[in-house]
Amino acid sequence: MNENYKVSSSPHIRDKIKSSNIMLLVVIALLPATIFGIWNFRHENAWILVVVTTAAAVLSEYIYEKLMHKPVTVNDFSAVVTGLLLALNLPPTLPWWMGVVGAVFAIVVVKQLFGGLGQNFMNPALAARCFLLICFTGQMTYFVYDGVTGPTPLADLKAGEAVNTMNMLIGNIRGTIGETSVIAIMIGAMFLILMGVIDLRIPGSYLISFVVFIVIFGGHGLDPQYITAHLCGGGLMLGAWFMATDYVTSPITSGGKILYGICMGLLTGLFRLFGGSAEGVSYAIIISNLLVPLIEKITLPKPFGKGGEK
Amino acid sequence: MNKCTERIFNGLVKENPTFVLMLGMCPTLAVTTSAINGIGMGLSTTAVLVMSNMLISMLRKIIPDSVRMPAFIVVVASFVTIVDFLLEGFVPSLYDSLGLYIPLIVVNCIILGRAESYASKNPVIPSIFDGIGMGLGFTVGLTSIGIVRELIGAGQIFGFQVMPDSYEPFTIFVLAPGAFFVLACLVALQNKVKRNLAKKGKEVPAQAGCGAGCASCASKNICGGHLIQPENTENKKEQEGA
Repeated sequence: MNENYKVSSSPHIRDKIKSSNIMLLVVIALLPATIFGIWNFRHENAWILVVVTTAAAVLSEYIYEKLMHKPVTVNDFSAVVTGLLLALNLPPTLPWWMGVVGAVFAIVVVKQLFGGLGQNFMNPALAARCFLLICFTGQMTYFVYDGVTGPTPLADLKAGEAVNTMNMLIGNIRGTIGETSVIAIMIGAMFLILMGVIDLRIPGSYLISFVVFIVIFGGHGLDPQYITAHLCGGGLMLGAWFMATDYVTSPITSGGKILYGICMGLLTGLFRLFGGSAEGVSYAIIISNLLVPLIEKITLPKPFGKGGEK
Repeated sequence: MNKCTERIFNGLVKENPTFVLMLGMCPTLAVTTSAINGIGMGLSTTAVLVMSNMLISMLRKIIPDSVRMPAFIVVVASFVTIVDFLLEGFVPSLYDSLGLYIPLIVVNCIILGRAESYASKNPVIPSIFDGIGMGLGFTVGLTSIGIVRELIGAGQIFGFQVMPDSYEPFTIFVLAPGAFFVLACLVALQNKVKRNLAKKGKEVPAQAGCGAGCASCASKNICGGHLIQPENTENKKEQEGA
């Protein structure tokens, strides 16, 4: 009889999906980009960096939680996702120990010091990438493809040179391990959308607002090749589909998701067109991460009965 | 002279301005890119602090209570100007690297805080030693932050290469974010050390964070606000001065 009158606070409808399922799906979705990256940079031995960085992320989470006498949460795969995403954001020639430094920074400083999974205020993988970018600027902006050093297509684009959009789509270009192939990233993104893991609102509003910004301020108007090159170049696709959609650091309100996407799109465009470096996706996303509490505050839906006519 | 050594100990350990009182954070974070900058800034502040404490303590019966702040500022600013010119004249390289932060010593919370909370209420000799203790505490704080930042961020200490050539410096540590990382780690470390001392039953200089003032302290009912501090009113004033 008592069970009929069970009183509890929201949420009242619970799903069977757990964090570990979602994280596992994200890992699976990252596999095409990872495998392509490892194959693409086989001459630079990219696989070592990927394996070492991911392992370092998992290990540092395990060791930190053991040392702090906390429940060990390695089984939820979130550290794997962080480590893998970080590795995909690193140039293939980076010394492996820098990957380890980044992974430890991501897990210990950005994630665990703020309370572990669900408490971090910005995306750990991107924060670690920015940390490494400031620490080791030389190595982090040193790009090689097939033994040839040179600027990324995005840097060429910024310098006003012609780029091969087809190669940028397939991915046989210079760049970080996971960002080069738009096709491989899109396969993973489609998988996540079909499985209902990510919401189209964030990447959608991100990419649309970015294109609008590029059209208005890019100086090439509606030139489809210029826009495609900007969309396929750099970490935009990887960032928009895999890192901007991180559950912890993105808003939960639907209006907020769109606002968050627009914020990232504008910042990315601003950094790419007017900033000092050719790429700006990671800074745009972590700055927007910081704005998420404010975005959620202004887009909070009114509870039934509140508000209305005064 | 027991009172004087007590003052120096107070400034160095019990109420260390950098790690316990958390005063003067602006120069702490901004100029500690190297150990030598930390020492330079710390000693300049010490000089100003000692002189201003002395003069304010001498004038404490003359300065009317209602205009004490402007009076203190005038005293402090005069000494800062003297130090500014002396540094520019005799150590131009240090002057260049500290730059704007020398004139900004005028508004350093430690100096005004000590003037307000100690020098304006106490005789000259203890005030001088209070200035020495606080200044040395600040110097030690800045120098240790500077050493760690220089070591990690450039592989050097006081300009000498200590790391092997193969060491890849973590440039972020000599940039602004590194100051926050290092400060946080050092504060955490000294809190840990103090807590360990407390566990062993040794006499603890002050509970972590207690020096920041009894008003915000969770355990003020236990200590009554006067067991740790002989002159407990100074702590409350301190925060206003900051």
